[in-house]
Amino acid sequence: MNQMTNPAYQIDDNYLDQVEKIAKQHSGRAEDLVLVLHKVQALKNYLPRTALNVVAKGLNVSESHVYGVATYYSMLSTKPRGRHIIRICESAPCHVQKARELIDAMLEHLDIEIGGTTKDGRFTVETTSCLGLCAVAPVVMIDDKVYGNLDRDTLFEVLTKYN
Amino acid sequence: MEFYRAHVLVCGGSPCVTLGCKAVREEIERLVKEKRLEREICIIETGCLGACEEGPIVVVYPDGTVYSKVNIDAAREIVNEHLVRGRPVKRLQYKGKLTSVSRTENKSKDYFQTQKRVVLENVGLINPNNIDDYILKDGYKILEETLDHLSPEEVVNTIKRSGLRGRGGAGFPTGTKLGVTARTTADQKYIVCNADEGEPGTYKDRIIMEGDPHKILEGMALCGYAVGATKGYVYIRGEYYQSIATIRTAIEQARELGLLGTNLFDSGFDFDVEIKEGAGSYVCGEETALIQSMEGKRGEATQKPPYPSTSGLWGKPTVVINVETVANIVPILKHGVDWYKSLGTPSSSGTKIFTLSGNVNNRGLIEVPMGIPLREIIYGIGGGISGGRSFKMAQIGGTAGGCLSEAQLDTPLDYENLQTVGSSLGSGAILVVDDSHCIVDVACSMLNFFAHESCGQCTPCREGTSRLLQTFRKLSEFTATKEDLDLAIKLARVMQRTSLCASGQSPIMPLEGIMQNFASEIEAHLNQECPAGVCHKSAHKTLGKEAVING
Repeated sequence: MNQMTNPAYQIDDNYLDQVEKIAKQHSGRAEDLVLVLHKVQALKNYLPRTALNVVAKGLNVSESHVYGVATYYSMLSTKPRGRHIIRICESAPCHVQKARELIDAMLEHLDIEIGGTTKDGRFTVETTSCLGLCAVAPVVMIDDKVYGNLDRDTLFEVLTKYN
Repeated sequence: MEFYRAHVLVCGGSPCVTLGCKAVREEIERLVKEKRLEREICIIETGCLGACEEGPIVVVYPDGTVYSKVNIDAAREIVNEHLVRGRPVKRLQYKGKLTSVSRTENKSKDYFQTQKRVVLENVGLINPNNIDDYILKDGYKILEETLDHLSPEEVVNTIKRSGLRGRGGAGFPTGTKLGVTARTTADQKYIVCNADEGEPGTYKDRIIMEGDPHKILEGMALCGYAVGATKGYVYIRGEYYQSIATIRTAIEQARELGLLGTNLFDSGFDFDVEIKEGAGSYVCGEETALIQSMEGKRGEATQKPPYPSTSGLWGKPTVVINVETVANIVPILKHGVDWYKSLGTPSSSGTKIFTLSGNVNNRGLIEVPMGIPLREIIYGIGGGISGGRSFKMAQIGGTAGGCLSEAQLDTPLDYENLQTVGSSLGSGAILVVDDSHCIVDVACSMLNFFAHESCGQCTPCREGTSRLLQTFRKLSEFTATKEDLDLAIKLARVMQRTSLCASGQSPIMPLEGIMQNFASEIEAHLNQECPAGVCHKSAHKTLGKEAVING
């Protein structure tokens, strides 16, 4: 599905009302910005520019400041993403457990590149710094769930659980 | 209080969660209920039991039988055989040496001599989501006694005399840090527990938070009392969902019982804790960047001085303290300075948690007294190199740590001795690499990490990390020259001197060790040869867009 026609990416008044409501709960508390962005992102899995503007007004900070923060942290995205975020670790502990081969196989299987979204809008693949699960490396995190001791077959099986 | 004839501990630590421990626990619960044994057998979800690779782990008490790799079928067998018929299932028992479990039988001598659980004493034995379990283990008693009998100065002096040093990486003396903030006058001071654990190969803070959260809260309250701070924050990285949930529950339960909040134990001392969530940034582990992030800004490091101890969060004096460090406070005040100093070495007192990863047989985490030789950890507790291969390299302290060769395996692991071999204790990560790996390829993985995590603020780090990666990629594709390498090392030294935070200062640490200890292998790559047979002319063609050098 084309990203622009996918309803998940449509910005409407109802959505912006929700964003405004979140921002209002933290009105004037600039220090809550990261938390607010987490909450807003949970609505559509990314942070549209218009939403950032609403957040800036609500917290009484500049738009450039909000944009700067939104683009700084790896868990926040200003680009539309798939319904599920796959986070892969390629730090040395995963690397020596053949993470590279696993990642390459997965990218081929999903027919995407790192940072990309599958054509059906199901997954976006991102890299992450070490997930702190090195004892069960290689690991992959999908949304808020983590999977360890993976090989090609077990990972592909896990992927079928997500729609 | 109920009395049970058996307790079944099912590990609920994050590594086990990834391997499906939840389904195993639910199956055991279902079967126990079906057999109407729920009044005889108590099932507890605990924090990490240490033997992570072999998870899910299940322990049956009173005999202390440890089962590893428990799947649904194994769970059924354990219930039917062990819990119903009283016959432990030998075939499923764990054979490694990583867990904290005290066994009534099979007390292997070497295991007890090496592992010493101080910080992790409760982890894996109590239910982290139930404050009563912690209180039964004398939880919050030290806080009460301290508020009753000790002055803040006495607390600071006790920590000073204990010799406790920061366990997050820098190794700064904790007592000194507390002393500076205590001496600074301000209307508000803060305790910030740094749980932005992101150093590759490190997961000790996660295990402490998810296994014994109240020890952190009690330790923070004690620090607060020592320096005169009434407010604490735990800054947890956003990816650690389970840690955030466990700490959140712990804070709520402590507040309900009045163990956090105002007028603790009728002493007039107020202390409350809040969680701050990160959003994905390695650099935020650096204390000034962490404070920026807490203030709702980009997590970029700031110039020091001023140090957070005198001017930190909102410009107020702030103690930024690592999770493992703060978890040492209660044991020190409980057992005393002499006891604490009897653990470890004269210059590095106490224990250290090490997280073992890479090509060792037993991957997981251990707590041992400072000063234990690396060889003993890898070949003793770690069970040696996996897959019948041999040892090649160990990196201590995370990706920002030094790379040691076979000849340095007898180095005692403490602050001083690691410095003499060009490494540091860092966060306590031990990455073991076997001889099937190429040192240049491993270096590329490390440098890729630095390039990915550079926040972009300081030019030497932003540009330098990419150039270093580029050079080592060239080396692995056999197109680099000796001059390229010399320039790269020179660049890494410039970065060390000119970057604001450890992220840009550190790449020289692993690179120096690699260049010194694996000189012949590097040399071979200059001559178009990879002794391990990993590198080839198009080694990096398959990389995704993300990994392509900036610009």
